[in-house]
Amino acid sequence: MEAVGNPTAPVYGVAAEFQCARDLYHAAEKIRDAGFSKWDVFSPFPIHGMDEAMGLKRSILGKLVFFGGLTGFLTAVTMEFGTSSFLYPLIVAGKPTNLYTVPAFFPIMFELTILISAFTAVFGMLIMNGLPRLNHQLFNWDRFKKVTEDKFFVAIESEDPKFSTRSVQDFLESLGGTNITTIHGD
Amino acid sequence: MSNATAEHPEHLTEDEKQLVRKPLVLNNRTMGWISDYISSIVEGKTPTWWYVSMAITVPLTLMCLALLGYLISTGVGVWGNNHPIGWAWDITNFVFWIGIGHAGTLISAILFLTRQKWRTSINRAAEAMTLFAVVCAGIYPALHVGRVWMAWWLAPVPNANAIWQNFRSPLLWDVFAVSTYFTVSVLFWYTGLIPDLATLRDRCTTKIRKFIYGVLALGWRGGNRQWRHYEMAYLILAGLSTPLVLSVHSVVSFDFATSVVPGWHTTIFPPYFVAGAIFGGFAMVLTIMIPACAIYKPLHDLVTTDHVNKMCKIILLTGSIVGYAYLMELFVAWYSANPYERAAFWYRAFGPYWWAYWSMMFCNVVAPQIFWFKYFRTHLVWVWVIVQFPNAGMWFERFVIIATTLARDFTPSAWGMFHPTWVDICTFIGTFGLFGTLFLLFIRFLPMICMFEVKAVLPEADPHHGEANH
Repeated sequence: MEAVGNPTAPVYGVAAEFQCARDLYHAAEKIRDAGFSKWDVFSPFPIHGMDEAMGLKRSILGKLVFFGGLTGFLTAVTMEFGTSSFLYPLIVAGKPTNLYTVPAFFPIMFELTILISAFTAVFGMLIMNGLPRLNHQLFNWDRFKKVTEDKFFVAIESEDPKFSTRSVQDFLESLGGTNITTIHGD
Repeated sequence: MSNATAEHPEHLTEDEKQLVRKPLVLNNRTMGWISDYISSIVEGKTPTWWYVSMAITVPLTLMCLALLGYLISTGVGVWGNNHPIGWAWDITNFVFWIGIGHAGTLISAILFLTRQKWRTSINRAAEAMTLFAVVCAGIYPALHVGRVWMAWWLAPVPNANAIWQNFRSPLLWDVFAVSTYFTVSVLFWYTGLIPDLATLRDRCTTKIRKFIYGVLALGWRGGNRQWRHYEMAYLILAGLSTPLVLSVHSVVSFDFATSVVPGWHTTIFPPYFVAGAIFGGFAMVLTIMIPACAIYKPLHDLVTTDHVNKMCKIILLTGSIVGYAYLMELFVAWYSANPYERAAFWYRAFGPYWWAYWSMMFCNVVAPQIFWFKYFRTHLVWVWVIVQFPNAGMWFERFVIIATTLARDFTPSAWGMFHPTWVDICTFIGTFGLFGTLFLLFIRFLPMICMFEVKAVLPEADPHHGEANH
């Protein structure tokens, strides 16, 4: 079996290559059924139904974004009523500055809700994905560069309680993986 | 119908054959080809046409910047704005550019939510176009305030005078709407770029490129544990952008609609502005994409005639909505029995700016009707020529709304005409240079087509591809 990275560094995991989305999908189902927990499949595009094949739950990002949106909305409410009703009531065309003025405040409430929600969606996604980062052990493997082109990979990490280099290598081979490689850190 | 039968249409009856969808990518292009070809546009030697184009657009951009410097140093009087036409080409051009900036988000958000998969090959360029159009648009409201160094007064920050903004003013809504729109569009565009930047990073041969694309790709690895959050983020951004894109031009229209000026004070403005923005935006997408695909011919396998056909149908639809709105405006002006409202529309059509009104009518209502004929929707040269009418017509629309209305106010003593100065004209031409320069830089340094999304619509991207039943 091949090994990449610094051989004296700790093992990150064992990875295998697959040729198409279908093979990767079925491999994922079997890895899930075998009870691994620290593993991932890598593909050039999101594969429909892969979350179920891996046994992953729905992303919680939507819930985070709700609170982001709420933050934006409350910011606008505070800013608009705080300044226009209390700090500096500006009478224009005899219009009130109290609660009845809310229709005129609505556009900015809407815009700030959207703005903070969008920031939460993007930065929440990055944080949950552990990004940005400049390097990763998997990048030590040259073949892995094809993951952004047209190849598919599975990696089972050494932190998984069921991990042992030998057995995982055999397991991935039995799933039809090729170029099975042990990945070391730097 | 399962994919297995779709791949073997010879087993199907005539009726069933009509149900088989056309492939979105032609000539059986593979995933590898998509990466290779799209990346090669960025990685290859800079073509001569690119330098030639830049030699035109960069001087125009510099002219635009120089004239803006002239305006800031001299005063807003270098433009032709004056009583009674205080809003003239500046706001016309602002609304023109911001309208163009709507098609990108429409394609990326609304067509995404409605699962129109054909959008995948045009959304990246359309989103880029959105950003650059909003950059051009932003110049005008920022500069027309006159003393630009006081533009920060628009921001609600504590100041020594203890003055706060009027949050009930549509002009302040506009500041929030446009800046939110720009920010969210950047986030949406960049989020879409991350996996493709990773593709460029993984293909890099030189250290500098590897560093730059490596940093920009943020360490993306394409793991499904990343994709699932990524896809959720993309879905949420699409969901957020859909009401946002509809709100931005509505808020722009409030600048007019909440005033008491005849011809502006109307409730039809928000939907009519949004339809017009989509109409003009799609025209600009086609104006740019048709030449780009003519230069990079294999792109025709990704941006097919079918794509162009669909975009022409959207132009036809939105153009007809705009035409309906024009007629409804006339009807309501008559039906209101308000003499000022009636006069405003009479002067639009038959007053001193009659030529602008009828240019608008012809370009936006009459000319796009030719897209009822399939021949004109599927022959690219014709399409390109015809979409120039909406491009011009949408500028005339904004000019008509702004200038003709202000030129004929309530009392004849307040009547007047607008004459653009050379600074007005050259600044406007310069914004096209800025738009072109940014777009050329985009084509040269970033993938013009969203590679990972196009790969995902290939038949072999389906995890059940080739299986008999599922």
